[in-house]
This record gives sequence, structure tokens and C-alpha cells, in this order.
Amino acid sequence: MDAKTVLEGTYFSDSRKELQKERRSLLIRRFLSNRMLLTGSVITVLLGIIALLAPFLTSYTPLEMQMVKRLQAPSLEHWFGTDNFGRDLFSRVVHGTRVSMAVGISVAFITMITGTVIGLYSAYYKFLDHILMRICDGLMAFPGILLAIALTAALGSNMINVIIALSIISTPTIARVVRSAAIVVKEQVYIEALRAQGASASRIIWYHMAPNTVSPLIIQITFVFAVSVLIEAALSFLGAGIAPPNPSLGNILYDGKVVIFSAWWMTVFPGLFILLSVLGLNLFGDGLRDMLDPHTNKAKK
Amino acid sequence: MQKECLLEVSGLKTTFLTENGPVTVVNGVSFQVSAGETLGVVGESGCGKSVTSESILRLLNEKTTRYEGEINYKNRNLLSLTEEEMRSIRGNEISMIFQDPMTSLNPVYTIGDQIAETIMIHQKVGKKAAFAKAVEMLRLTGIPSPEKRVHEYPHELSGGMRQRVMIAIALACQPKLLVADEPTTALDVTIQTQILDLIQDLKQQLDMGVILITHDLGVVAEVCTRVVVMYLGEVVEEAGVEELFENPLHPYTQGLLQSVPQLDGDRSKKLYVIKGAVPSLTNVPKGCRFAPRCNYATDLCRQSEPELMGNRHKVRCWHADTNLQKEGELYVADGS
Repeated sequence: MDAKTVLEGTYFSDSRKELQKERRSLLIRRFLSNRMLLTGSVITVLLGIIALLAPFLTSYTPLEMQMVKRLQAPSLEHWFGTDNFGRDLFSRVVHGTRVSMAVGISVAFITMITGTVIGLYSAYYKFLDHILMRICDGLMAFPGILLAIALTAALGSNMINVIIALSIISTPTIARVVRSAAIVVKEQVYIEALRAQGASASRIIWYHMAPNTVSPLIIQITFVFAVSVLIEAALSFLGAGIAPPNPSLGNILYDGKVVIFSAWWMTVFPGLFILLSVLGLNLFGDGLRDMLDPHTNKAKK
Repeated sequence: MQKECLLEVSGLKTTFLTENGPVTVVNGVSFQVSAGETLGVVGESGCGKSVTSESILRLLNEKTTRYEGEINYKNRNLLSLTEEEMRSIRGNEISMIFQDPMTSLNPVYTIGDQIAETIMIHQKVGKKAAFAKAVEMLRLTGIPSPEKRVHEYPHELSGGMRQRVMIAIALACQPKLLVADEPTTALDVTIQTQILDLIQDLKQQLDMGVILITHDLGVVAEVCTRVVVMYLGEVVEEAGVEELFENPLHPYTQGLLQSVPQLDGDRSKKLYVIKGAVPSLTNVPKGCRFAPRCNYATDLCRQSEPELMGNRHKVRCWHADTNLQKEGELYVADGS
């Protein structure tokens, strides 16, 4: 009994903690040495902070109109200038970024769940595979933006509906990625070995196949995030996304289009923020792939 | 010697339903295993050894596989159990070790987690207790400082170590029967001996029955008590290990034994080769399945298939009683 408690107690956790500490420091080192990943995450985190702290960063609300100060160039008072209704552009861009980030994160989160469920089950059950993958094929056959416009037109244009529409168009790509990774895992000997040890189907799917599909999943999720930001902006630009007067990077751009020759700041700043968020996320995704996939790593060195 | 029979396979017939029609991979295989006994199953690649072992645990895709015959374990026919009942047998009563230790472990969990998992599936114990048991199992399989090793991931271990881990997982719930499907094929010779010794040791400690599937006759001679020789999905010969090596009756077995290089053999002499190749299972020869490759085949062999005959030493050959004398001729015929 005594020996057993020793086993279960101190001796055990010491060696475990030591190993975990070692692994963590290795991970941090690898993270810091990957320049692409580092740049991407810095940009994304910065935009995330801006989005989170939007109300505290600005001295004007995004809807506050000052008709006398229409279309003013950037100044100390209005950092990014004002728009055609005399609204503070900095405030609108920052709040627009908040909307973009919220849409992106929600879509990424929802598709991560739906895509994983669909992908794993269709990889494991051949019967489901036929049905689910044909539905995904159908969804993928439509151009994404067109489908999103149709969906928001049918559901009405507000943020929730944009998120729903984007989740629907992004789920098939995630499901495909998870499925293809899971099919490879399913044929591994350790899955057969697990069955030989008496593991149930759901245990194999969720406890053993799912963790092995995480790295392609995370990488794909960052791209879905980026694409969602872009499509949300496009939808709002076309008037099918966030309805004005609420700010969104897309509808600020649209407002700026009319006055593009007299007020460059109205297109440049929202455009820059769209560019930064997509660039940041893509760099993050690429860097993550290099870090998580040992094959690309070796090829580079 | 005669202990109670643990597993009795009788007339097992495993058929794959392929797109080109059904293919019978295992055709009427029967054998018995008792506790404390090691049964060797030998044969060429594609003779149905692995499928037989997977059939015992019913690991094959049930939608595309048809089983016939009976697999009796403790007076229960495994083939008639539900998937649920089967799950409680797998890993708990009958366990399996696979050929390739490099891919038999899940890379995302520590080996301790994986051993503990099997214990927790079958026994109602907490995580801590299961982990302590995992350490015990690792120690039993001869892994040094197991309390540190349990927290390592599979990629941090060598092939031999991983096979030990696989054995630890397979034996974690003290199964009554261990099916080892070529457990040493992927390992080098020194590790091979260690692993075989380990299996033998643990067999005695836990009083298990072992089915050892291999194509290595040296392994068979070393550890098995009885041997089943398979050819093209059928059992062609079954005998005690000494009997089989001294007195092989089937021409196929004789051929196999002669294909093994002897340490004191004549180096300039070419090694014996069984002529021809294994026929496809979709195009099984008429009569005796071995007839097209057999040196002694007569019209009788090509016309009708022999039964598995004999009592303690069973053989599936029309000329089993005359083969004994002809064994000498084989060497001569090959001498050119």
C-alpha cells in the first residue's frame, strides 16, 4: 500500500511536471523562432485588442453626426478624418473591425464544431459519408459569395444572419479537411488495435481520431476566419451584410466609393484594416502549418 | 498436458464480399488452443493467417465480410455475439498484438494514457489506479524506469520498446488468450528474442493461451507447442512442434522446412524453393489446392480435394503415407 501511494503521489507528478515543462518550453521556442507565425499573431492579437477595446479607444461614437465637419481630412482631432455625414472615421473603422472580428470568430467557432462533426462521422461511417459529402459537394458548387448573398437576402441583413450564412458556406471546406485527415487516421493500425482492445466507435471517433485531425483543422480554421472577414466586408459593401448606419469595414468602403477622389481616407483606412486582418490571419495560418507539419519544416531547412 | 480447451475454432469460413463477387479467404479452418499452450500458425503471405486471427476477434468490416462456422470461447460462439458483447471480450478476454509497433500506438497520447485507457474500458477503476496499473504492466514487460516512461509519447520510444508497450496494453486486463499477429516481424533479431521470451514468460505467469501467427519457422520451433500450417486459406497440416519438424507429412510443409537455410549447410548449394507462386484466391485450383506446385501431384490430386486426415498429426494430402519415404528424394531432386 505504501509503495503504491508513493507511486500515485509525489514521484509520479514530479516526473510528469518536469516533462510537461520541458515540452512547453520547446513549444515556446519553436513559436518564437517562426517569424511568419510571430508576425501573424502580433497583427491578429493587435486587431483583436482594438476590436475588444473599441468603445474605450474612441472619443466619438460611430453614429454621432456633425454635419459641419463633413469630409474632413485626417487631423489630430479626427485621426482618420470624417465621412460624408461628419462621423468620426476612426471610431467607425474601429467599430467596423470589431464587427469583422466578431463575425470571423463566430464563423470560425461554429464551423469548427459543425465541420468536425460532419467530417469525423463521414470518415467513420461509409453510409453517412455518401449523404453528407454529396450535400457538401452541392454547397461547394455554388460560388461562396453568391450563396451568402442569397442567404442574407432570404434571412434579412443583420449580423446574426451574416454569421449563419458564412457558417453554411464554410462548413463544407472544414468538413472536407477533417474528413480527409480522419480517413487517413482511421486506416492506421492503432485504430484497429483499439478495436481489438474493445474500444467503442464513439470513443475511437472522439478520443482518438479527433485529436489527430486537430492540426489541419486549426490551420484551415484560420483561413476560414480570414475568408469570413473578407466575405463579410464584401457582403456589407454590396448592401447584403451589416445594414447601415451600423459601421462595418465593407459599408464604410461603399460610402467612400462615391467620394473616392475628394476623400481618399474614406477608402484607404477601412481597406487597410481589411488587409491587415486578412494578412495577419493568413500569416498566422501559414506559420502554424509550418510549425505543426513536420514535412514542410524539413523542406525549408 | 491436456488442459481444458480455451478456444475452439471449427470450420471457420471467412468470405470477403468484394465488387467482383465473394472471395473466401479462410476456408474451413479448425483448431483448438488450451490455456498455457502456444499454437503457431504458419504459412506464406496471403494464406489467410492474419484474416483468421482477425476473424477470432471479429475485427473485419462486418458489412463486407461473412463468417461461417463456429468460434467457441468458454462455451460461447463468438460469431453469434452482438457487437456490444464482443467489445467486452476484446482486450479483456482475448487480446491481440499487431505486427508493426511503429504504427500501433496513437501518437497524440502518452503511453501511460493508452495503457490506462484499456484498463478503464474494461474495469471500473479511477484514472490514478489505472495509471498505477499501467506502470506495473510496463515494469512487467521489462521497460526500465517505467514511472518515468509512462509519461512519454510513442515517438520517444524505440521499436522494441513500443512493442513492449503494445504487449503491456494487450495484457493489461489479464486476458485468457493472446493473439499475436507476427509480433516480431518488424523488429531486429536481438529484440525479436527478447520479445518472444517476454511473451513466453508472461504466458506462464498469467496462464494464457497464445496464438502466434508468423512466417518465421525459427520462431515457431522456439516457442510453439503445436503448429498449424496454412496454405491458401486452408489448414494443410497440424501437429506438435517436434513431430512437425521431424516428420512433416505435407509436401508444402516439407518444402517450407527445406527453404530454411541451415547454419551448417552447404553454401554452394542453392536453397530449396517451392516452385510457382501462390494462386489468386479468386481462381482456386481444382482438386488439392497445392497440386499445381507439388512435386508428387497425381491425377487424383488434380481431380478431388483431400480432407484433413489423421488424429494427433493431421494432414491434408492424398499421399501423406507415402510422402514420408519420398522426403529424401526431394533433396536429391533439388541437388542439380
